[in-house]
Amino acid sequence: MNSSIRQQIVISGVGGQGVLFVTRLLAEAAIDKGLAVFTSETHGMAQRGGTVLSHLKVGSFASPLIRPMQADGLLVLKMENIARHYFFLKKKGWIVVNHSGEDMDNMANPVYSVNADSLAAKIDDPRAVNLIMLGYAMAVISKTGDQSTLFCSIGEIRSVLKKRLAARPEMLGPALDALEAGYASQRV
Amino acid sequence: MTKKKLMLGNEAMARGLVENGCAVATSYPGTPASEILGAVSALQKRHGLSMHTQWAVNEKVAFEIAYAGSMSGLRTSVSMKQVGLNVASDPLMSAAYMGTRGGFVIISADDPGPHSSQTEQDSRMMAMMAKIPVLDPDSPAQAKDMIALAYELSEKFEIPVMLRPTTRVCHSRQDIVGKAIAETQNLPDFQKDPTRWAATPKFRFQLHTQLEKKLAGMAAYEKTAPVCLNPEAAGKKALVVSGVVAAHAKEIFSQLDLWKTIPVYQVLQPFPLHEKFTEQILAAHEDILVIEETTGVIEMQLAHRQHVKGKINRSVPRVGELAPEIVEKVIRKFAGIEQELIEPLQVPGRRPTLCAGCPHRASFFAIKKAAPRAIYTSDIGCYTLGINLGAVDTVLCMGAAISQAAGFYHVYKNQTKRPDIVATIGDSTFFHAGLPALIDAVSQNVHFVLLILDNRTTAMTGNQPTPASGWGVGSEPLVVVDIEKLVKGCGIDFVRTADPYKLDTFIPLVREAVIYSRKNGPAVVIARHPCLLDRLHPDPSAGRVKVEITDDCDGCKYCIDHFECPALVLDEENECVRIDTALCSDCGVCVHVCPKKAIQPVT
Repeated sequence: MNSSIRQQIVISGVGGQGVLFVTRLLAEAAIDKGLAVFTSETHGMAQRGGTVLSHLKVGSFASPLIRPMQADGLLVLKMENIARHYFFLKKKGWIVVNHSGEDMDNMANPVYSVNADSLAAKIDDPRAVNLIMLGYAMAVISKTGDQSTLFCSIGEIRSVLKKRLAARPEMLGPALDALEAGYASQRV
Repeated sequence: MTKKKLMLGNEAMARGLVENGCAVATSYPGTPASEILGAVSALQKRHGLSMHTQWAVNEKVAFEIAYAGSMSGLRTSVSMKQVGLNVASDPLMSAAYMGTRGGFVIISADDPGPHSSQTEQDSRMMAMMAKIPVLDPDSPAQAKDMIALAYELSEKFEIPVMLRPTTRVCHSRQDIVGKAIAETQNLPDFQKDPTRWAATPKFRFQLHTQLEKKLAGMAAYEKTAPVCLNPEAAGKKALVVSGVVAAHAKEIFSQLDLWKTIPVYQVLQPFPLHEKFTEQILAAHEDILVIEETTGVIEMQLAHRQHVKGKINRSVPRVGELAPEIVEKVIRKFAGIEQELIEPLQVPGRRPTLCAGCPHRASFFAIKKAAPRAIYTSDIGCYTLGINLGAVDTVLCMGAAISQAAGFYHVYKNQTKRPDIVATIGDSTFFHAGLPALIDAVSQNVHFVLLILDNRTTAMTGNQPTPASGWGVGSEPLVVVDIEKLVKGCGIDFVRTADPYKLDTFIPLVREAVIYSRKNGPAVVIARHPCLLDRLHPDPSAGRVKVEITDDCDGCKYCIDHFECPALVLDEENECVRIDTALCSDCGVCVHVCPKKAIQPVT
């Protein structure tokens, strides 16, 4: 356990994409590592297809919310949300985005993009975008040097998934596959 | 038991209730409080507790059930959202006078923002009006601890105690250690005392006198007194915070290195504010900033206006959530270290929509077809989003769809041209506050059509059961209340039940109801089709009709503008509509929507 770890991550998407589930997996991975954790979520009307945003703060914090220019990273399940939530990012904060179009070299931040929608279609699981993005983030962020290394590893996320879906084995296999599909995609 | 668990604020409060021997927990769902009762029920099941948990028909009923438990000497609780407390305000004001025997905790969750509410009202003002104490937690962990404190306070002073979390407390998750679950060994023991439990005005005067004595005692009670977070700091300035603002302020003070410069007082019990604290802080500091959500409740109790800054003198915004960046700005100004801060981008987010396959969408489409120029009164729930289809003109509060329909009828009834009036109300909202209004409409013979959008659940707040469901908070079997019989029992002659998915017959039915209402009086259509999101009780008929767009589609956008299903997407390049298969629920309703017949079932 490293008590000096302090990480703030913004996860954004739209209702129904599973933003809250991804946030929860990361938060439980933090607890498994003995780290303090705060998350903050959108509920209610905004969940009906509206913009969904969650905050994840790992380490010693008092407030559940991330202030502008404080986030270490932005995990974006819906491309259009970059413009909306960019202000949360630190100067050199990373962006991992579900993106199908042109490269995004014009940004000052390290940007890692993957077409999670098409990967999801490829594994025949259109609702797996969230786990594909998480797997992809685990792969790219762990390789960008010390400063932005994620507080947990893909293996730790796997074991959280296994625990969470222990009672629903029919969901665990596809979930692990989706995580793996995202993780493996950056090698191509 | 000592293992840390990730708990939602609402789960943490539920855990607090069960750890402290709560014997009756009631609620009516409402964001951000909805998950509290479900979490209590889950703990009840897991630990085999004999307590009573239930969703009540509305907050007033929930309050009164739990309060009777307290009158019987047991620890009880009722939880709701802030506007739910309006509904329960009648018993609240009276229960404050009569007081409690077993500890009674009222959890009223506020929603500064507002994120999912019709107002930003501050429940602490209701506590003040009722003259009961209110505790203001800064985090899920503190909310859980405050349940124990609230029960202690309630039993010590024989008074209902309010716990006022906000959205950021309810819907944050935190690593929290659970304590042992303590099932109460107490037995119900109601002791008759009509001068208290059925007090007439003469005795009410005495109860009010006692209430004032209780308040004075609570304003001196050590355990709920404000806490100075940095006693080593001193100076003219002082910061007073409560609730989640205190959590934001703690991080901001660390970042700006202010802990040694400005004393910070965290108020745990905003009302009644401790008298000794009030005297001391006003004597020790000349420049006091109070930051709290949503109204200046602490601030107004610090009487020296020239020494106190906050919402009243507009140093702190009066409207909206006090997001941490706003708190930072206010603190920087107060500390004299102002700096240009990045403002959050006000890019409009995606507007919420009814889900793909939502039966309400079909109902609204039918209403627009059957009564295109009617006045559409509506109500509180997912179906408020019928606004996107132009089929919702008014949303006031729970149950008002029916009473406002009556109001519109009465003001137009003597005009030569009378508009049709079509009201929509959800099944849960109909039970909650629609029934008295419907009785009124029958007695006044209001000419209008009521569509009860019966999706068999309380959908917006997470699919809690309604009295028509036949099961309770823990999925235990309950008696089914039949909506159709209820409506007939109110005296409505035109009552039809139909599935809005079957648009080809549903539109003519609504039309028939409209024509009936013009001539005769109230007509009710029960639009029955289960919510697609209810995973515990899935719709057996869902997912039958796969559809495709044929070459006949010319991209006229009729379906997108008038049906507004998120699974129908305009392909601008090819000037046609396509189906987002990830979102499509295969409900097949859109087959009846396309004027060019370009949406067809896959054969």
